[in-house]
Amino acid sequence: MLVFLVRRLVGMVLVLIAVSFIVFLIFVIVPGGDPAIRIAGRTANDQNIKNIRHDWGFDRPFYVQYYELMKKAFTNRLFEQTHQGVKVGDQIKQGVPATFSLAIGAATIWLFFSILVGVISAITAGRLSDRLITILALVGISMPVFWLGLLARYFLAEKNTIFPDGEYVPFTQNPAQWFFHLLLPWFVLAVLFIGFYGRVLRGNILDTINEDYVRTARAKGVDPRRVLIKHVLRNSLIPIVTLFGLDFAGVLGGGAILTETVFDLHGVGQYAQQSIRNFDLPPIIGVTLFGAFFIVFFSTVVDFVYAYLDPRIRPT
Amino acid sequence: MIEGAPEWAPSGLRMATQPQQTTQQASAELSLDTAALLAQEEHGVSIAGRSPWYLAWRRLRRNYVAFAFLFIFVLIVVACSLAPVYAHHVAHTGPDENHVTDTVKIGHKQVPVMGLNTGGHIGVTILGPTWWHADGKFVLGADANGRDVAVRLLYGGITSLKVGIGSALICTFLSVVLALLAGYYRGWVDWVITRFFDLIWAFPVILLAIALGAALAINGIHWNLGLFTVSVSGGNLLIPTLVISYVLIPYIGRPLRGQILSLREKEFVEAAIAQGASPLRIMFGEILPNVASSVLVFFTLIIANNILTEAALSFLGAGVQPPKASWGTLISDGQTRLSTAPWLTLVPGIAIVLTVLSLNIFGDGLRDALDPRAKVRIEH
Repeated sequence: MLVFLVRRLVGMVLVLIAVSFIVFLIFVIVPGGDPAIRIAGRTANDQNIKNIRHDWGFDRPFYVQYYELMKKAFTNRLFEQTHQGVKVGDQIKQGVPATFSLAIGAATIWLFFSILVGVISAITAGRLSDRLITILALVGISMPVFWLGLLARYFLAEKNTIFPDGEYVPFTQNPAQWFFHLLLPWFVLAVLFIGFYGRVLRGNILDTINEDYVRTARAKGVDPRRVLIKHVLRNSLIPIVTLFGLDFAGVLGGGAILTETVFDLHGVGQYAQQSIRNFDLPPIIGVTLFGAFFIVFFSTVVDFVYAYLDPRIRPT
Repeated sequence: MIEGAPEWAPSGLRMATQPQQTTQQASAELSLDTAALLAQEEHGVSIAGRSPWYLAWRRLRRNYVAFAFLFIFVLIVVACSLAPVYAHHVAHTGPDENHVTDTVKIGHKQVPVMGLNTGGHIGVTILGPTWWHADGKFVLGADANGRDVAVRLLYGGITSLKVGIGSALICTFLSVVLALLAGYYRGWVDWVITRFFDLIWAFPVILLAIALGAALAINGIHWNLGLFTVSVSGGNLLIPTLVISYVLIPYIGRPLRGQILSLREKEFVEAAIAQGASPLRIMFGEILPNVASSVLVFFTLIIANNILTEAALSFLGAGVQPPKASWGTLISDGQTRLSTAPWLTLVPGIAIVLTVLSLNIFGDGLRDALDPRAKVRIEH
């Protein structure tokens, strides 16, 4: 176990370095031209650009540029030249509670409903309820999340005030309001995943039902409901669990940017969106690094948990 | 079970001819066939000696739902490509022409495109959909700049479809080449390509697309390659197209690599090597035809996905840059006027849903017919 732990941690550090280098490539090398002009933003004058060019090391070799970028990111000085006093790291930190609340709630909803929908659809395969669910799921995955969010917010929160209208209320301030304000965003974000997971689960269940051990259990006279839950569902859920790990990490790491933006949740994603609107690159660099690092960390932790739960994964 | 392409045929569509349980067919989602009907057909005598593509076509042909939605998609493509004709001869305006001070004749009344609001709201009222009462002008209403929404919708459709289909083509091409290289050469080539897939995978798709989109859109692309320079301005459609095709490479590349790795072990590859066929020939002439059905399914579904990604990017300001119309920018422009001019948001949204839905349903039908076992996973 210790060997596995160390190996996995070394691997994680290597991936983090590679990921940070990709971020450097995206923002500095790939676009070509003068990176200082991009970093300086739309309102910069020649003097600003000159300062940035010198300060970020754009007049020196690429490894110095990479080092300078990482130094700025990790000492929280990404935004120093262009916006006096604004710290990207602090802005991201402020957004984290909203982003995490959104992700955790939505994940709970999408997991619950996708299992429900998948099971109903599979046990009624070919019948009307299955057809209906399939069509709804297809419509769900074909809708742009932000469009659904805009409509939901307008019709359910603005025109008819069934739900409170946007904005994030911290959990520590008022748990009930926190819940009501997030209810609509949770469901909007969950719709896409429910559609997708429901379909995957339906397929898995239909495949599993034909396995020999299911037939054996039925032949033994085991209660059909018990067969469904203990034998079929348990095995059909394995691919879903893997998918869930990936998607949940993605949403936690800033992947819910569209939902956050539409509902004004002031999360990490919305911070990135506002920066795009202002043509400020440094915060986008910060958020991208944060998101990617978070996902790498998270998947390492998930691996540890898996290895702890399932000894087969542990290498000797 | 099917007796399709003979086992010795190296470039057949073997994936689709593997024996399938008939229950798999029953789980085909929107096809109107029952398992019994399909089984009956597939046990038929006429099946012997038919090519696998023909068998797939026979299965697809019975799927009326898939065909209906393919028809809708074709209709949307045709309608959008006729945008200039519509603009010239029906709406008599261009996608960027303002009509803020103009009036439109509806019935016997002259109605202003932009009117001062007499009610409690602040600001101006915008002409809503006239349907067909104004002789084809402002059929779907006007926007905040007095432009014809129907005309912008069609022109926006051209943009969205161009970006969606273009990026799907580039993405599919790149991932097929990478997967072939990884699967054929294995060893360190495979290691490098797999790590490359993993690294892209480490980012949330939308975040990576935004990062690239924002970095490239601000000042365009400027490469000095010694002999010549590449320069693309920030508003160019090429930028969102390249960004979207890049971020989705591992989603096609990974499953394809897996398939190719197992095909690489098959006898027909060994036979080709023994005959002295070049690696290029084996990759593209022997292995590629065997994964062609999967590639086709991926391609259809990825167009749908890319249209959604383009809309999301444009909505956030990191995709197609205004004033160029795309379905995403149209929604982005309209969102602040949802209460007074809901058609600005509804119309392009419905266009996206219809297009993406029709591609998804057709893609599913295609998968059921060609390659029922393919597990396609695309996210956005």
